[in-house]
Amino acid sequence: MSRYELRFSGSGGQGLITAGIIMAKAASIYEGKQAVQSQSYGPEARGGASKSEVIISDGPIDYPKVTACDALLAMTQEAANKYSHDLKEGGVLLLDSDLVKIVPPGNFRTISFPIINTAKNDVGREIVANIVALGAMVALTGQVSRENAEKAVLSSVPEAFIELNRKAFSIGYEKALAASAQ
Amino acid sequence: MSKKVAFLQGNEAAAYGALYAGCDFFAGYPITPSTEVSEVLSIELPKTGGAFLQMEDEIAAMAAILGGALAGAKALTSTSGPGLSLKQELIGYGCIAEIPCVVYNVMRGGPSTGMPTGPSQSDVMCAKWGTHGDHPAICLVPASVQETYEMVIRAFNLSEKYRTPVLVMPDEIVAHMRERIVFPEPGEIEVIPRKAPTVPPEKYKPYDTSFGDVPPLATFGSGYKFHVTGLNKMQDGFPTTKAEIVQAEEERQVRKVVANTDDIVEFEEYLLDDADVAVVAYGCTSRSARYAVNIAREQGIKAGMFRIKTFWPFPDKQIKALAGKVKGIVIPEMNLGMCSLELERCAQGKVPVLGIFRVDGEPINPDQILAKIKEVI
Repeated sequence: MSRYELRFSGSGGQGLITAGIIMAKAASIYEGKQAVQSQSYGPEARGGASKSEVIISDGPIDYPKVTACDALLAMTQEAANKYSHDLKEGGVLLLDSDLVKIVPPGNFRTISFPIINTAKNDVGREIVANIVALGAMVALTGQVSRENAEKAVLSSVPEAFIELNRKAFSIGYEKALAASAQ
Repeated sequence: MSKKVAFLQGNEAAAYGALYAGCDFFAGYPITPSTEVSEVLSIELPKTGGAFLQMEDEIAAMAAILGGALAGAKALTSTSGPGLSLKQELIGYGCIAEIPCVVYNVMRGGPSTGMPTGPSQSDVMCAKWGTHGDHPAICLVPASVQETYEMVIRAFNLSEKYRTPVLVMPDEIVAHMRERIVFPEPGEIEVIPRKAPTVPPEKYKPYDTSFGDVPPLATFGSGYKFHVTGLNKMQDGFPTTKAEIVQAEEERQVRKVVANTDDIVEFEEYLLDDADVAVVAYGCTSRSARYAVNIAREQGIKAGMFRIKTFWPFPDKQIKALAGKVKGIVIPEMNLGMCSLELERCAQGKVPVLGIFRVDGEPINPDQILAKIKEVI
């Protein structure tokens, strides 16, 4: 079966649960696949470990959590350390290069660029770092098309922020392609 | 025309299911991990003329939905562990006064405040024995977002049909998980209305058993006057201590549910026809179980799954039959062995019942279940 497992991890408030939801929505509503999104988070509204897991498949999805991760986004050093252990050999590992200084050891396809600083400097708002990261994950995993993912992004954000998010998604997508070509 | 679809959380689906069932009154007190039900209904209920009340605590919320239901509303409250504990006295009141309503309880770690954001399945006994005294209990346990939507509708139907509180109890995983949901068209799923009195107000008695074990319930404020109490009561609703009436009424209140177990109990059988091992599971754990059963089958092990959809009344008859067919039963659950005891009771020593019990806030994974299946073989 074509089960593909993604994990978006970092700290509470970084918008990673939202990024996971949009990825799953892109697969489930726009790509015609099946998807389940789940999450675990601590009692804190900000800070504390946070993860959002997305399973994508062509068929029904039973177990909604990660068993062996195909793609991991880590937006903090703690998340990188904690969640890289069940990343598959050859799996995608996307890191924020400013926040994750020690790259977890392992035979992974590691891609690293300053995600939060890209949002701040290239897009203009740090708050869309999660959408920059989502754009990158879409490019690196190939589970949903760029067009369908963009549709899911735009249908998930308030009207006034559509252009900002479109730009964030696009820059994240391009940056990841460029980083992975290096 | 294609049906409306959405990508929703279990809790959000529960709120929309309630609206489909005609819920027009919600009273609650927010608590993780069930607050999304309140959020959605606080937006949606006023749009359709319904009422949303945030009460001062969970006890008041339960009292409010009992009052609302007597005034003719289809009433819902939502909560989680600590809130379920607080509601218990009034759930008992709903049972003895025979007031239809739905209590949606998301199972998180416990007891007490426990682990507010962590999943568990440790309220299943509380659903039956949380309130004191002999009373009927109906409790449904969904395993997906779509099923949460449908089970909330069913809970309203059962509460009206049997005139009693009904609980819907997803675990935190199902409640917070997001999946695609396909909304049914109006009329596609049956919605059962309340049985209204056919006699004029002066002849009405709220517990008139000449209409059967489930007497019609009049709406307060519609000209029908009647007495409601938590005391044992007579047919006219006034208290009594007359031994023969109390005995008969207590028996009827339980019988109206127990005698209709076949109507109420729903379950799913997966690959059980030739199974040597049956995994009995419910809620999120059944998803791990199905995954494990599929892997077992690939390895040539004849495993199957019995999925409990109605936890109370318990599917005694089905489990007894299952125990006569398989070599062993595996029960994974996110508590320290609650369903396990019910299975042992039903299996009557015919086959071993092997439990996997987890209360650390982590889901039971398919590997754990597969390993236990292999212990039976």
